[in-house]
Formats: sequence, structure tokens, C-alpha cells
Amino acid sequence: MKVLKIATAGSVDDGKSTLIGRVLYDTKSLTDDKLEAIEEKSRQRGFDYLDFSLATDGLVAEREQGITIDVAHIYFSTPSKSFIIADTPGHIEYTRNMVTGASTAQVSIVLIDARNGVIEQTYRHFFINNLLRIKDVVIAINKMDLVDFSEEKYNVIKGEIEYLASKSEYKDQNLTFIPMSALQGDNVVHKSEKMPWYKGETLMHHLENLDTDDISDISQARFPVQTVIRPKTSAYHDFRGYAGKIYGGDLVVGDEVAVLPSQTKSKIKSINFFDKEYTSAKRGSSVTITLEDNVNVSRGDMLVKVNEVPTIAKQIDATICWMDSAPLEVSQKYYIRHGVNDAQAKITRLASIIKTDFSGIEENPSELALNQIGDIQLKLSKPLLFDSYKDNKSNGSFILINPKTNNTVGVGFIK
Amino acid sequence: MWFTYLKTEYMSQRIIQVDALESEAIYIFREVVAQFEKPVLLFSGGKDSITLVRLAQKAFYPAKIPFPLMHIDTGHNFPETIEFRDRLVEELGVELIVRDVQDNIDSGRVKEETGRYASRNMLQTETLLDAIEEFGFDACIGGARRDEEKARAKERIFSVRDDFGQWDEKNQRPEVFDMLNGRIDLGQNVRVFPISNWTELDVWSYIKEEDIEIPSIYFAHKRKTFVRDGMIWSADDEVVFRDKEEEVLERMVRFRTVGDMSCTAAVLSDAVDIAKVVEEIRDSSISERGARIDDKRSEAAMEKRKQQGYF
Repeated sequence: MKVLKIATAGSVDDGKSTLIGRVLYDTKSLTDDKLEAIEEKSRQRGFDYLDFSLATDGLVAEREQGITIDVAHIYFSTPSKSFIIADTPGHIEYTRNMVTGASTAQVSIVLIDARNGVIEQTYRHFFINNLLRIKDVVIAINKMDLVDFSEEKYNVIKGEIEYLASKSEYKDQNLTFIPMSALQGDNVVHKSEKMPWYKGETLMHHLENLDTDDISDISQARFPVQTVIRPKTSAYHDFRGYAGKIYGGDLVVGDEVAVLPSQTKSKIKSINFFDKEYTSAKRGSSVTITLEDNVNVSRGDMLVKVNEVPTIAKQIDATICWMDSAPLEVSQKYYIRHGVNDAQAKITRLASIIKTDFSGIEENPSELALNQIGDIQLKLSKPLLFDSYKDNKSNGSFILINPKTNNTVGVGFIK
Repeated sequence: MWFTYLKTEYMSQRIIQVDALESEAIYIFREVVAQFEKPVLLFSGGKDSITLVRLAQKAFYPAKIPFPLMHIDTGHNFPETIEFRDRLVEELGVELIVRDVQDNIDSGRVKEETGRYASRNMLQTETLLDAIEEFGFDACIGGARRDEEKARAKERIFSVRDDFGQWDEKNQRPEVFDMLNGRIDLGQNVRVFPISNWTELDVWSYIKEEDIEIPSIYFAHKRKTFVRDGMIWSADDEVVFRDKEEEVLERMVRFRTVGDMSCTAAVLSDAVDIAKVVEEIRDSSISERGARIDDKRSEAAMEKRKQQGYF
């Protein structure tokens, strides 16, 4: 089954939860007992319509305040595809969750309230989608029922977003603008009769037709070793398998590989998955690989093709999104987790804060606060084996961990 | 030998593209073993934990599963589940740890519920926390899925718990790309959910595809039952409370989840094999946990239990 991962972003009251509820309802993905619960709750609260946000707002605090606090994952399917939605909150203080949700998404939906148009939050959401280089972005212009389904309103918002796109770094993003009313169901699953001027697809039609293969993920093959499998049984006495997931490209038995960081060369002897052997494995596959030679390989090492070696360095330049209430400061030390590799990292330079409202950068700031994005330089306790984020998302990203709290405090995108 | 055979037979073209969900689950299992000292797989005998066992096998093959299985036994399990559990463990050659809720009831540490909806489901938490402390487990792998329930939809793959097993739902670590941060302090532990992103239908399809054996109560069978609040309860066993006036009839039923007998209702079904079960789930208009009375106690039932350390 093909799986399409979707992230949603919007401000408070843009109707994001309502939109998701509407998608579930119109695709008949809500089971009777869930629908009954929503009907009953809506009645209890005296609403004269079904409050679909009740389908997704899972935490007590969220239902009390009528807002979404944490990333929720919602699953549904149509005959052609499975969909996973990461529903991320729109508040300023929870922006880190949007980065979290969007990091694994193939497509992102940015909601805009047609009455308010493009606001500061929209800039931020658009910026993050661009920073994360999400290939497909849907601009869902919602609450069209409250602006008399006005084509003019729609065009103003479209123009503003296109202007943002022209100022963005990643230009290959596919933007799709859809005017809708999630509450009334216009252009979500069913085509609206109230906006004959809109000739494009409905949201679901668009999502159904998107390619699930993340094309931007095709690059050179990277095989970070998670763990070494040594059965130590008589049947597999000499078996020494390297367990990991293949990123970027495919691997084939016989490929000449370099073991990094030692750069020792060998050949792929076998590719195993459970109790069978294969001649080649596609990217995205978790497999076990054995090598022709008895070389020293351990967790954090990486197998790559000999002529496709990534950068091996003890210094990294990156853009970072800060996710902790204690700000990032120069000369502080953190743990860095790059894929399955760990090291210590010291912030040697905080070059700038990048304004997510596209108003420029602030140079040489003293600190980077929660939800701010900036450019930094890191010095590492050992060399890491990395690519630029634009070449390989998995091997071009990292997280920073505060050694005192063990919390994940930032996510970095390598330049 | 097996490998030699395959090589000669198929060496020319055998390409593998591991399914995205399966690949993700295997990746998570391997991270657990690499990042933690003492992991354990919580095994209930239900379809989700049976699926986990198969994925763990795949993650480490040809080595054995490198951690024990642990069953928190409420004493109210379906006998078919226990029989199945013991057979599976024997086949795999892994260690099984069983801890009984009954022990805590006997010693007076927890009080058993009484009345119509009495269930030992909540009491499992205390026994689980005791066992984590007894063995010093730092990672407990479970089969919870995000599609099951609203609070679970917000759960992380590596979910940190404190000394009291508490879930701080408003202060969860962000999980970006597929990097998993398993760093914890002494006394903390992590709950790990490798099939977070699977749906009920995904699990059933996988069981069918992989031809995995599951306990017989998942398939339609004749059972003495009675109806209460629109749900069908097993009348075979004395642990399920029944009023005298509630009429017992033999019905063709199966169980969609296999929890404690006292809180797991049956559904009418004629799905006697796995293909029919998959078909039935696909067409179902009632959610999986719709047959779990423990979730119906209040809208926030699951979230409250999770804060207290429930799985």
C-alpha cells in the first residue's frame, strides 16, 4: 500500500482540526462510534453543526481550550492510498511541533483564514516548509463561506504567497492554491458549487494524485550501521551482519564500498532480509548487509559506494531551529545525534537569526530563543559523515540534546 | 544451507523493497537494542504484540531476539491466549517473564474493583511498574498504535516516563526525521512503540501476508454470551460479572482485541479465517476500541491511565 505523509499548519482558529475532521467524514473514515461521540459532544455544547475538531483534539487541555497543543497523527485511507496526517499546532509557542510534523512529510497543507489573509503565522509556516524543502505545499484558503466565496479575496492571498515564494531559497516547491470551506465541505472532498470561478482540483483529489515516492530523496546511497548482528550459534558461527536502513539510493551485492570513517574498502557479499538473501535493496529498506572482508565496523559507521563519499569533518555549518525554552548560546556544549551517530558538539558561532517573516537577518545575536531559526557553526568531538541537507535530508540533518536535561533542544539542517 | 539454496535459485534477480511501515518498525527495534541496556518487550498475547515479536525476529535474524518478553498477567486472560503465549516462547527460544496482578491483590497493595464493570485492567499498571523496578528495565517495547485512541495519537515513538511511570503529555520530546533520542536519567525509562504508525487494518494485513499464527479467539467461534449496553460479553467465565436476568445465548462471535476478559467484548462475526477477518476490518463501521469498556469510562479515560503509567 502506498503511504502519503501529510503535515498541516495553520494558526489558532484557522479551522485545521475542522478540516481534518471534514476529510475523515467525507471519505467515510469516521467509524459510527466515533461519529456518535462527536454528535453527542457537539449537542452537549449547544453547537448547531458537527464540531469535527473533536475527532482530533486528543488531550483534555486541548478540548477544554478548544485548541491543539501537540502533534497528533491521524490515519485514513482511500482505495488507492493510505494517508498519515501529522496535525500540528499553530501557536507561536508550539512552532517546534510544526517542524517535527513536517520533517517526515511529503506534502504540507498551510491553512489560511480567508477573512484574515496572510498573517505573521502564515509567513512562519511558509518559511518552515521551505526550509525543510517540502516538495508539495497546498495553500488551503479556508472559511471562504465567511467572505461570500469571493474570488477577489482568494486572488489577493494567492498573490501574497506567490510573492513569498519568489523571495524563498528553495524555488522548486510546487504550490497549489485551493479555496475551501472545511465547515461546509466545499472543495475538501466534494467540488464546491458556490465557487464556479475555481477550476482546480479539490483537496482530496489533489492528494490522491500526488506521487508517494519522495523524489527529492534520491541521491547517493548511505547505509548508517545501527547495530552489528553476531548470532554466535553453531549454524551461524562466522556470521557478522551490519543492520541498518538504506537512505538516498540502492545497494547491490558486489558493490565496492568504503567503511567510514576508516575508509577501509570492501565489497557487499550479501543483502539479507529476515531468512532470505537478495541481490539488491531499494532505498528506505531496513536490511542486514555482510561484507567480503573481515573489517572492523561498529554502530555509527557508514557504508557508502567508494566513489560516493560524503563530507567527513569535525566542523559543521548549519541552520538550526531552536526547540527549548533555555536559549542557545555560543560556547555551550551539547550532544549531537546525526542519524545513528553520536558526538559532543560545541557551538563556536551564532552567526545570525533568520527572520521567519522574510524581513531579513539579525547578525551576531547573543542567543537563539525557543522557536527562533538561525545560522550556527559547530565544533565536534569526532568527525561526522554528512551531506548537505539539500542533497540528502536524512544524512543532512541532526538534533542537539541538552546533556543536563537529555531533552532534544534543536534540529539542524546542514549547509 | 538455506542461503546456498536461495543463491543458486534466484541469484540473477532478487530485489527487495521493504514496506515503509515494516522498515520503520525494524529500524526502531534496532535503535532500542543499540541505545538501551535492558529492554523488554511487553507481551499480552494480543495481535499487536504478536506482530511485534515477528518484527523483532526480522530485525535481528539470524540472531535470536536479544531481549526477554514480559507478560503482566491479570489472571483474567482468555485461556487460549496463555496457551498460545507459552507455545510461541518455546518456539522462539526467548525468555518469558510473567508477573501476576493477583500477587498485588493478595498482598493488599492494590484493591480489586467490584460490581458491574469491575476490571483488573487498571491494576496492571502497578504490577508493571514494580516489574520495571525489579528488573531495572530501561526500555519497555509495546504494541500501542496511534490510530487506536485520541490520546495515543499524540504519543511519541520513544516516550519518556519518570520514576512513577508518569507520562508528561505536554512536555514531550520532539521527534524529527527518524532520529530517536533515548537518553534518560537513572530511574527513568522509555516506552517504545515500533508500530505507532500502523493502523488496525495494517496489522491484520501483515498477519495475513506473513502467515503469522494468532490465538483462536480472534476467529469466529460459537460462544455462550450475553448482551449488555449493546455489547456482547462472554458468559463462559466467572470473571465477567453478569446479572441473573441477563440472558445467556450461544452466538457466533470473535474478539477484535484481546485484553482482559472482564473488559473485552466480542463482536458478532462469521470471519473464520484471516482473509475474512481482513475483509471484515476493512468494512467495519465500529472502531477497534469501541469494544473496550475501559475506554468508555470517560472521554479522557486513556489519557488519565497513561499519565499514571499505563501502557
